[in-house]
Amino acid sequence: MQQTYVLLRGREIPDLHKLDVYVKNGGYDALKKAVAMPTADIINVVKASNLRGRGGAGFPTGMKWSFIPQNEPVKYMVVNCDESETGTFKDREIIETNPHQLIEGAVIGAYAIQAKAVYIYLRGEFWDQAAMLDQAIADARKAGLVGPNLCGSNYSCEVYTHLGAGAYICGEETALLNSLEGKLGQPRVRPPFPANKGGGLYGEPTVVNNVETLTNVPWIINNGADEYKKMGSEQSPGTKIFCVSGHVNKPGNYEFPFGITLRELIMEHAGGIPGGKAIKGILPSGGSGPIMRVTDEILDTKLTYEDMAKTGSILGSASIIVMDETVDMTWVASKVIKFFKHESCGKCTPCREGTYWLDKVVDRIMANEAQMKDIDLISNVAKNMQGVTLCALGDFAANPIIHTVKNFPEDFKQHVKGAAAAPAKAAPKQAAPAPAGD
Amino acid sequence: MGILEKYGDRIQHHVSKYPDKRSAVMPLLYVVQDEYGWVTPDGIDEVAAILDMDPTQVKSIAGFYTMYSEQPKGKYWLQVCTDLACALRGADKFHEDLKAELGVEEGGTTEDGMFTVEHVMCLAACDKAPMLQCNFHFYEKLDMDKMKALLAEWRAEAAKTST
Repeated sequence: MQQTYVLLRGREIPDLHKLDVYVKNGGYDALKKAVAMPTADIINVVKASNLRGRGGAGFPTGMKWSFIPQNEPVKYMVVNCDESETGTFKDREIIETNPHQLIEGAVIGAYAIQAKAVYIYLRGEFWDQAAMLDQAIADARKAGLVGPNLCGSNYSCEVYTHLGAGAYICGEETALLNSLEGKLGQPRVRPPFPANKGGGLYGEPTVVNNVETLTNVPWIINNGADEYKKMGSEQSPGTKIFCVSGHVNKPGNYEFPFGITLRELIMEHAGGIPGGKAIKGILPSGGSGPIMRVTDEILDTKLTYEDMAKTGSILGSASIIVMDETVDMTWVASKVIKFFKHESCGKCTPCREGTYWLDKVVDRIMANEAQMKDIDLISNVAKNMQGVTLCALGDFAANPIIHTVKNFPEDFKQHVKGAAAAPAKAAPKQAAPAPAGD
Repeated sequence: MGILEKYGDRIQHHVSKYPDKRSAVMPLLYVVQDEYGWVTPDGIDEVAAILDMDPTQVKSIAGFYTMYSEQPKGKYWLQVCTDLACALRGADKFHEDLKAELGVEEGGTTEDGMFTVEHVMCLAACDKAPMLQCNFHFYEKLDMDKMKALLAEWRAEAAKTST
C-alpha cells in the first residue's frame, strides 16, 4: 500500500508552514468555500463523510457539531492538542509541518457551529509548536483569513493558543475546559456535556475536537464526502496517521487509509524489528489500550476501529508501540502503571488509590518478592477501577494490568518466588516476522 | 520591579485572550517562572493581585501542573523522557548515564547550580528517543556523546551571559 497523504500532504514542499506557500498550494480555498455555504450544509458534508474523532474515541465529528444548539448566542470551538498518550506524536508533526491546515480546519468547524472563538489547547511542552501556531495565526489574521469578517464574509472568529503545563488528564475534554478556565485540570461531572448550555467553556456550548480530526476537514470540504469515503473502510473512512514506536527499525508517523494491516505497517513501512527478532506484544493505542499478544493472525488484523475491536483491543489513537521477544511484560506493566499513577488527577478515589497500590504491588513483583496471590490481587484491584470514575483514566490505568496479566501470565509468574515458572518466551503461536509485502 | 511593570504587554496580551481573566493564570505563572527562575511565593501573590484571585487558588494551580517548579532549579532544567516508548529505545540507560555524568541524583541540581536532572512522562517524541527537554525545548535522537557536547555548549553559553 502506498502512503496516502491527506493530513501530512505537502510535507515535502519547502516552507509549507508559511502562509504564502500554503495559499499557493490551495490553502484556505476550503475556508473560502465554506463561509459561502449555509452552516447546516457543512455539518451535513462532514456527517456524510463519517469523519470520526481521532483523539481515540472515534466519535462521529459531524454528529458532535450537530449537537450544538443554534439559538445560543455564544459558542466555542476548542482544539485538543494536549497529545500526551505514551507513544503518540502525530499532532505535533501536523503543527510543525503544516500549521495552517489545522487553523483552516478549526475555523471551518467554528463557522459550522458559529463559534465566537477558537482556543487551541496545547500541552505545555509544545512551547515551540505554540510559537509556530501563534505566528501562523497572526499571519492568517493579517491576511483577513481569521479574525473579524474573515474571508470577506460577515462571520468573525478569533483564534488563540493556550499552553497547558504538564498534565495528561487535560487531554480529557472536561478537564481541558477546566484548565482553560484557569482551574485545576480535573474532569467534570456529566451531564451537562460540553455541547450543552452549562457544560462547555465558560458554561457555553462547546465542541472539543482533536488536531488530527480537524486537519481532515479542509480536504473534505474541497473534495466532498464521497471522495473521502473512497479511502478506508465503511465504518472507518479516510486516512489515519499511525505513530509507530518502540522496537522497529524506522519509528515515525505513517499515514495510510484505514485498513492497512499491522504486519504491513510494522514489517514493511516501519522497517521491521531490529536484529530480525520476533514481535512479542503490541500496544496499539499507547499506554491506555489493551496490549495484544502477537500471533500471525494478530499481525494480519486490519487497522480499522471495527477490526481492532474484534481482537479485544482498540485502535484508539493508533499509537503503536512494538515490543520484541526480549521484553518482560511485567516491566511494561510497571512502566505504564507508573505513568498513570503520576497522571491521575486525584479526584476519584478508585483511580487515585488504585494506581498508587498497583504500582506498589507491581514493584514488589518486579523485585521478585511477590507471591502468586499478588498477581490475582493486582488483577482484582484493576478490575475494581473500571467504570467507576468520572473519566476514562481509571479504565485506562486498569488496562495495562488486566491485559498484561491475561495475555502474558508467564511473565508475571517468573518473578514469583518458588513458582515453577514457564519460560516467558515460549508462546505457542509466536509470530515469526513474515516477508514484507502485500 | 514586579512582573506587571516588566512584562506589561505580555500579561495584557494573555489577559485579553479570554472573557474571564482567571483563564490567564497559567500563562502568567510562566511569566513568573521566566522572571524568577521558579514559581516564588511573591510571584504567586503578584499573579493573584493581577487576576483578582486568592493566592491559595493560584498556588493550587502551580502545584497541580508539573511544569511549574515551586523550588529553585538549575539554570538548565533537563527533563528526560523515560516512558515506555523511549525506554524501549534506551532512555533509562541514557537517563542514568546523564545523572552519573553530572554527579546528581534524580531531581538533583549540580553544585554550580547549572543543571537539574529529572525524568518525566511521555513528551510526544517517541520516534526520536532518547530525548530530553531543556528549559522547554526538545533535544532528540541523543546519545552520551551528543549530550556531552550539548552540556559543554550550555556551559559556554552560561559563562558568556554571566560575564
